[in-house]
Amino acid sequence: MTTAPAGASLDAPALRQRVADFVAEHDPATTDQREFLAARFDAGLAWVHFPEGEGGLGAPRALQSVVDEEFERLGYTPVGREGLVIGLGMAAPTILAFGTSEQRARYLKPLYTGEEVWCQLFSEPGAGSDLAALGTRAVRDGDGWTVTGQKVWTSLAHRADFAILVARTDPDVPKHKGITYFICDMSTDGVDVRALRQITGEAEFNEVYLNDVRIPDTQRLGDEGEGWRVAQTTLMNERVSIGGYPEPREGGLIAVVSHIWRTRPELRTPGLHDALMRLWVDAEAARLTKERLRQQLAIGQPGPEGSAAKFSFSRLNQEISGLELEMLGGEGLTYDDWTFRRPEGVEMAKRSAGFRYLRSKGNSIEGGTSEILRNIIAERVLGLPAEPRVDKDVAWKDLPK
Amino acid sequence: MSEKQLDLLYSEVEEELRASVRALLEDKSPASSVLARVETDQVTDTALWKELADVGAAGLPVPEELGGAGASLRESAVVAEELGRAVAPVPFLGSAVLATAALQACGTEAAAELEALAAGESTAALTVPLAAMPGAAFPEDVRARDGRLEGTVRNVADALTADTLVVAASGPDGPGLYVVAADEARITPVVTLDLTRPLAEVSLEGAAGRRVAAGADAEKALRRALVAGAAVLSAEQLGVAQWALDATVDYVKTRTQFGRPIGSFQAIKHRLADLWVAVSQSRAVVRSAASAVAAAQEPGAGDAERTEAEVNASLAQAFVSGVAVTAAEEAVQLHGGIGFTWEHPVHLYLKRAKSDALALGTADRHRLALSGLVDLPAPTA
Repeated sequence: MTTAPAGASLDAPALRQRVADFVAEHDPATTDQREFLAARFDAGLAWVHFPEGEGGLGAPRALQSVVDEEFERLGYTPVGREGLVIGLGMAAPTILAFGTSEQRARYLKPLYTGEEVWCQLFSEPGAGSDLAALGTRAVRDGDGWTVTGQKVWTSLAHRADFAILVARTDPDVPKHKGITYFICDMSTDGVDVRALRQITGEAEFNEVYLNDVRIPDTQRLGDEGEGWRVAQTTLMNERVSIGGYPEPREGGLIAVVSHIWRTRPELRTPGLHDALMRLWVDAEAARLTKERLRQQLAIGQPGPEGSAAKFSFSRLNQEISGLELEMLGGEGLTYDDWTFRRPEGVEMAKRSAGFRYLRSKGNSIEGGTSEILRNIIAERVLGLPAEPRVDKDVAWKDLPK
Repeated sequence: MSEKQLDLLYSEVEEELRASVRALLEDKSPASSVLARVETDQVTDTALWKELADVGAAGLPVPEELGGAGASLRESAVVAEELGRAVAPVPFLGSAVLATAALQACGTEAAAELEALAAGESTAALTVPLAAMPGAAFPEDVRARDGRLEGTVRNVADALTADTLVVAASGPDGPGLYVVAADEARITPVVTLDLTRPLAEVSLEGAAGRRVAAGADAEKALRRALVAGAAVLSAEQLGVAQWALDATVDYVKTRTQFGRPIGSFQAIKHRLADLWVAVSQSRAVVRSAASAVAAAQEPGAGDAERTEAEVNASLAQAFVSGVAVTAAEEAVQLHGGIGFTWEHPVHLYLKRAKSDALALGTADRHRLALSGLVDLPAPTA
């Protein structure tokens, strides 16, 4: 394989060539996926904007979509990666930004290949949208920390090898200042994972009890008391998952109801037709907005529209799934399966209309509620003033709980 | 369903065009002068239109050999955004979009008229009701016999100041598009909901017309003009919505009540965040419509491109009409008492937004058209 110059001088054609050379050497059809991914990581084609030796080439971030597209075009479509979203989307960029070189060397590659699964120990029963109010305590204990508390809404905790964790290390300072960020080995004594059954009957999520869990100080990510800043990196990456490929018209849930409409003329009424067309128009507007953002990213000019994409998508899913049940009438009275299962991903399209309706209710709560996203748009995009804060200069321990 | 990914961004040339149009409008047509003008009987600002023509706005899609800019509907849409943002009373929609698109679809028959329009020497009006829906049947309001036209068309945009009328008329040998000198017609102003876009009743009583397209060609030309008009109108609606959002955000930052800026109240922030999302989505939809119509007007474009243009134009009208009205209504509400006064320009935007929502097909009609185009048919019984 010829070695083209790395770094910022890389452009789309050069990266396409690298991918083509790589695929010529590692045939995706005959290579085991994990080996293929390990080699891809070593070749710097995992996250091209990461540094060399850490899965990347130090190239501009916008070029990642070129690499992904090229791999797909040359016949490589990864399978079974749903369980890795937290590791890939949130842990990796945070470890890259704040991890020591030992931490980056230890965690990035097995995270990328899927050998190790990650979860995120952030939300707590009393600290969801107000994440900085969290009460899980980490107390200094020799060369490490002892952690006690309860986390909730933790997807994949029952499968995860590691977790990114935020805990309170100083209760005597205002809430944003006393937080520290850790990497938690989920096999440590005292980590107790319990399934949390949800509205759909199944359990994607967990409650995680941390009872005197020992975390070595080498597993701290960022400085003591800097956890809020580190968590911002994680949360920003959680919400910015745009890019990649152009989406076709009528993708997502609108395809499901459009299909029902086309194939079941006996269900059609004028009111449903109007509702369907309104949502079809809204879905197309959301798709074009994402496409416009993708085009902006491709020329290195990301727009603020990304902060609205998740928000629009959740509203659309809720409205479309509600319409689908009405369209089905009597059939909508049934449900496919209330079995207490532990799915690894959300299979909207494969389940019944009732499942889609119920599951979509979570879309405006998980990953930043719609209310929080509206605040972010209002304050960061429109520059509107923040509401007066009653908790700003008050030590966490003195806040009403 | 496959469709080409259209370019949804603005080019550098388009941004330059926007900047020069915006600068001109800020200088020559501030809100105060529009407010003063709407109370006169000279609502249309012909002097402003001459200056806009000088920066190329009159003949954007007209080929260079006819004195135009040789650009496309994408550039026209950018100008429309700026004109909407300023609720500028100029005959852009009627003359530079609707009449020009109709004449361009007539081939060489109307080259002389196009040349005069592109140069800004004259303006024209497409003599159909402003509420006309692009896919509707060819209008029967005007009858043609032996080159003489008879009939009345109501609510024609930009006819009061037009030199030339492009008249859709039906006769014994089918539909036709005719060019008529405006002084052959009786043109009577109408009292309009939108104070900044004059409408007129056009009466033809045996006026002489020159036929520039006949039969199916005339039907196609009219349809293409109205589709182009719907796409460009959505850009104007985007401009109206953007102004309403910007003005309101500015206002709620400075207006204080209960001891703090009203923009710090979550009830207000959330409404403006919703509006910002809708306006951002409108921009993507408007760019898509303009690009699709531009692609359909390129030489070599076929039925697939024309269908895509119709899908995107209807999508834009179905989506952006409502956004512009909501934006203007929210602007009036969030401006509080001042928003209900004559002296504040926000009412001009509300009137423009609501009228635009009725022009060139309502959102409901466009949704119905769209349902046919994308195979989601209305129930039959």
